[in-house]
Amino acid sequence: MQINQFLILSAFLFCTGIYGVLARRNGVLVLMSVELMLNAVNINLVAFAAFNHSVSGQVFALFVITIAAAEVGVGLAIVLLIYRNLRSPDLDHVDQLKG
Amino acid sequence: MLDYAWIIAFIPAVSFVAILLLGRKFPRHGSEIGIAAVGASFVLACVAVVQWINRVENATGASAFKALGKGFVAKAGEHEAVVKPVVHSVTWWQSGGLKFGAGTQIDGLAVVLLFVVTLVSLLVHVYSTAYMHGDRRYTYFYAALSLFTASMLLLVIADNTLQLLVGWELVGLCSFMLIGHWWEEGANSNAALKAFFTTRTGDVGLMIGVIVTFFAAGQTFNIVSINEAALAGKGGHALWLGGAVCLLVGIIGKSGQFPLHTWLPDAMAGPTPVSALIHAATMVVAGVYLGARVYGVFWQGFSIDAGGVNAMALIGGVTIIIGALLAFVQDDIKKVLAYSTISQLGYMVMGLGVGAWTAAVFHLFTHAFFKALLFLGAGSISHSGSHHSFDMKRDMGGLRKYMPITFTTFMIGSAALAGLPPFAGFFSKDEIIATAGHFGYDAFLYIGLAGAFLTAAYMTRAIYYTFFGEFRGHGQPHESPPAITGPLVVLAAFSVFAGWLNATVVHVEKFQQWFEPRFAFPTQVIHPSFRFGEGAIAVIVALAGVGVAYAYYWRGVGHGVTERNPLARLGYRFLLNKYYLDDLYERVIVAGIKGPIARAAYWTNQNLIDAVINGVGKGTRAVGQFTYDVIDQRVVDGAVNGIAEASGETGGLLRYMQSGRVQWYAAILFFAVAVLSLALIVFS
Repeated sequence: MQINQFLILSAFLFCTGIYGVLARRNGVLVLMSVELMLNAVNINLVAFAAFNHSVSGQVFALFVITIAAAEVGVGLAIVLLIYRNLRSPDLDHVDQLKG
Repeated sequence: MLDYAWIIAFIPAVSFVAILLLGRKFPRHGSEIGIAAVGASFVLACVAVVQWINRVENATGASAFKALGKGFVAKAGEHEAVVKPVVHSVTWWQSGGLKFGAGTQIDGLAVVLLFVVTLVSLLVHVYSTAYMHGDRRYTYFYAALSLFTASMLLLVIADNTLQLLVGWELVGLCSFMLIGHWWEEGANSNAALKAFFTTRTGDVGLMIGVIVTFFAAGQTFNIVSINEAALAGKGGHALWLGGAVCLLVGIIGKSGQFPLHTWLPDAMAGPTPVSALIHAATMVVAGVYLGARVYGVFWQGFSIDAGGVNAMALIGGVTIIIGALLAFVQDDIKKVLAYSTISQLGYMVMGLGVGAWTAAVFHLFTHAFFKALLFLGAGSISHSGSHHSFDMKRDMGGLRKYMPITFTTFMIGSAALAGLPPFAGFFSKDEIIATAGHFGYDAFLYIGLAGAFLTAAYMTRAIYYTFFGEFRGHGQPHESPPAITGPLVVLAAFSVFAGWLNATVVHVEKFQQWFEPRFAFPTQVIHPSFRFGEGAIAVIVALAGVGVAYAYYWRGVGHGVTERNPLARLGYRFLLNKYYLDDLYERVIVAGIKGPIARAAYWTNQNLIDAVINGVGKGTRAVGQFTYDVIDQRVVDGAVNGIAEASGETGGLLRYMQSGRVQWYAAILFFAVAVLSLALIVFS
């Protein structure tokens, strides 16, 4: 087993996530893409941990999973509010930050 | 307090600003600020006087009790102890290695003036609360009084002639402002202008004098240095003579000496408290103060110890007589007092001129009290007795029954002015006359005596018209309120007792011991002891004046002499027209300047100066046009516009960063992370 295989898989997932965050208009799909990116990071952490015979990477992965769960909770609440206010989950309409 | 004397002058200056800015919001419209400030200055001035006396006593080793009762000779040894003035100076500005200082020089003369100025100013402030009550520029009036007090104190504490000049001009300005206080009437603003211009004429002399003494003393404005250099005769006698003459011209202008005295009677157009403060007690004595301040210059320049005749004594002597004579033909009580002030200032200047430094300053001291008293008394009469009129013949008479306090205090002031013992004026005037006799100025001895006769006579005349006979005005005269009579009583007390500070008749010479300078001062100044013969003559002469006037006005002896005798009529008309001096100034000098000289100046102006100016103007215009077209429009504006356009375009590009779209921000974020990661890989 080579570590490269895991890294390539992780990079692929990360790029998919980036694409989803930047290209998708639906807020829910953007959130899911963020989850993809986080899981790509998890794969990296676990892979390096196994490769280096250390558990600390796996502990970090556990933390990331926990925080990802919390982040999805908050993120979905935000998307829900956006939907209620704008009658649409479309993130292109969320441009109030314009200066 | 001697080291921090600037505070005394600083407090009224602060009060001036405070009254001007906040005065109207106060319940008494700012007068309380002025009174509080001048009151504080007065207390500090008293502290300064006491400290100075202590300093002198400690230096001479004589207690106040020991010195009492000793004769002049016994104290001669003590006078050798040198008491230096307290001088503090800071550099105000510097120009090419020349330092111009601002500072304080506190010595006997300064503390006397500090006391007089703050006391009279305080009383006038209190008096004005009643006298100026309801005036349309009440707050402004108090602001001007404060400014005047501050300026006068600045002048008094000056340690250099330049600062003295600044104070001198400031009091002149305040005098102008206050004479013209009721400027709605043309006569008042004309009087203000006349006062300002006439004193300015003298100021030209003062300025030249300051410059001359500056160079004569080796490029210093410091008063002590100037006095020392003058007494040492540095640079030759002629130089100091020139300086003394120029300074004398300044004194003539400011202190109402012949021939520039004509502004002072007109200055009576101002409110009466102003006349009392500025044109009797303080500002007009600034000239005398200057003479006393740089006495070394006059001593050296006029060779005062030589006796005979000199310009200073002559001017003073002439002024005594002409002022006193003019007082006889005035109907306006304030004008009588104004001419009397001129005459008394003549005594002071003559006193300085004949070497009677102490007597002159002492006369300044006592005169401030009784002349302020007389002016304030006249104000009290007009305020409550004669319906704001000062005309003795039409609106006064018989007032002694209605205004007992004013009458009593006025009588005390008149007795002091006439030089009747034991009132203040007797001692000071007699000492001037006596010194004139002792120094070989015999002519001035007689002038002084003649002046005393005239003074007593014209004051008797004024009292006759004001207080005796039947009341000729209309309405019901009554006594003035306490704010007016209070200051009168205080000043009357000083008029009675101030003279005893230097009563040579009983060998009390505290004034001389405490306040005469011992440093940078002519050592040959002598202080004649009292002689009963001379004193008796002076008193008899004064009583004779009273008697003659009494005979003429009460008994009617010699009435109608001006109608019967052509010579007397001529003299009367001559006096009535004020020696035609005003005509000389206005018709000959001013008209001369206005007429041909002004026309010649106009022609020169139009044809010569304007040609040059037009040429210069055209040249300037061409240069300006060129500058506008090329430099301004192209270079400067180009640069400015270029910068603006560059900013605009950069902004236009950056606009896209701020779209407000979250995903666009995320894209930028990721791009930045990618670039930073790349950098990390490449550089690590």
